[in-house]
Amino acid sequence: MIDKQVKTTADAVAGVRDGSTVLVAGFGAVGVADHLLDALHEQGARELTIVANNSGNGDYGLARLINSGRVRKVICSFPRSGDYSAFLNAYRARSLELELLPQGTISERMRCHAAGLGGFFSPVSAGTKLGEGKETRKIDGRLHVFEKPLKGDVALIKANKADRWGNLTYIKSARNFNPVMAMAADLTVVEVDQMVALGELDPEAVATPSIFVDRVVVVGAHA
Amino acid sequence: MTPLTREQMAWRAAQDLMEGDYVNLGIGIPTLAASFVPAGREVIFHSENGILGMGPKPEPGKEDPYMVDAGKNKTTLVPGGCFVHHADSFLIIRGGHLDVSLLGAFEVSEKGDLANWTTEDPAFPPGVGGAMDLAVGARAIRVIMEHTSRSGEPRILKACTYPLTAAGCVKRIYSNLAVIDVTPRGLSVIEMIPGMTLEKLQTLTEPKLQLVADWQILAPPEAPEVRAA
Repeated sequence: MIDKQVKTTADAVAGVRDGSTVLVAGFGAVGVADHLLDALHEQGARELTIVANNSGNGDYGLARLINSGRVRKVICSFPRSGDYSAFLNAYRARSLELELLPQGTISERMRCHAAGLGGFFSPVSAGTKLGEGKETRKIDGRLHVFEKPLKGDVALIKANKADRWGNLTYIKSARNFNPVMAMAADLTVVEVDQMVALGELDPEAVATPSIFVDRVVVVGAHA
Repeated sequence: MTPLTREQMAWRAAQDLMEGDYVNLGIGIPTLAASFVPAGREVIFHSENGILGMGPKPEPGKEDPYMVDAGKNKTTLVPGGCFVHHADSFLIIRGGHLDVSLLGAFEVSEKGDLANWTTEDPAFPPGVGGAMDLAVGARAIRVIMEHTSRSGEPRILKACTYPLTAAGCVKRIYSNLAVIDVTPRGLSVIEMIPGMTLEKLQTLTEPKLQLVADWQILAPPEAPEVRAA
């Protein structure tokens, strides 16, 4: 019987290696797998490259990983969001590297890896500072830059409900980066509010199908 | 001669949003435009974090933790609204599916170059968010901005001094003094606030302006009525 549910968040992040690229879903504080991020902190992996839209808040989740010096590099579009003091201090101390990318370039580079493609040409950032150093091509008279696929070793996903196969549903705008990140990593780990019986999720409402999911753990009130 | 308020600028931009338009509103003054769409016009608002059919701010006490806009402020969904994931949301933005992208700006050049993502303050990390995506993808890219800086320097320039968000993308500028179209022949003033003259406006604008023959007075209501989007 297939059962991707694991008992604890520690089980969920077991085996994450030093130097891993970790896809951290969420937009601001919405749709972020904070329990898994805290478990990753406990697990102790170092030299991490984080791919996220923002750079963490306060001293929990991603910010806690940064404060503890576990993060070598952040690939994100907008680090300046909410209380991002953990990132700001590390940035000013030059203890981590920032790779700034347009938001849609981050999501499309991951989608591209998930789709088995070798990259794409995009007009976004062409002719700007963020496009400097990238291969360019004029397509139908318009300048494009080449963007490579972006792959995660691990993706940390926040969903609402899962079944034992790993089919997932989300709530409203908490969907955001979760489906595309779930598709783009070797190991996709999910924290959910609730497990339901196989067959109970409306097949029309499944936003991430089980094929992309490796481990599921229940957190919060239903754990 | 009184420059427009933020609300009046947003009101003016909202008058150009047409029935059936799919529109993305940037953070800041553009966000206010949702409240000033004329009665009876159905405009569908997109938010980069995957909302199509974004509604007005929630009433106090009715905030939903799962509903935020691009600025991470609480928002709502209108009937008919739905959710997409991030890659599809930016496919919508980049792929020419939005009718209008209404953005804020630090500077705009006479060629329609836009600078709105960084002032290169060395004390802070840069952030770009969806700014570059929004500046290349929509069918019409329009800007709402104060005409001059706080010290009175022009912000509509021959060439932007801040790093570009995208080149040649801006089609229309709504400032607190005028409405200006970016055309292949240069900047065309189509509306000015009461009492403004082309000569005076020119002193506040670096590149050469031309006044169209049928220009209009730019006179929004004093306190535009806020409508539920």
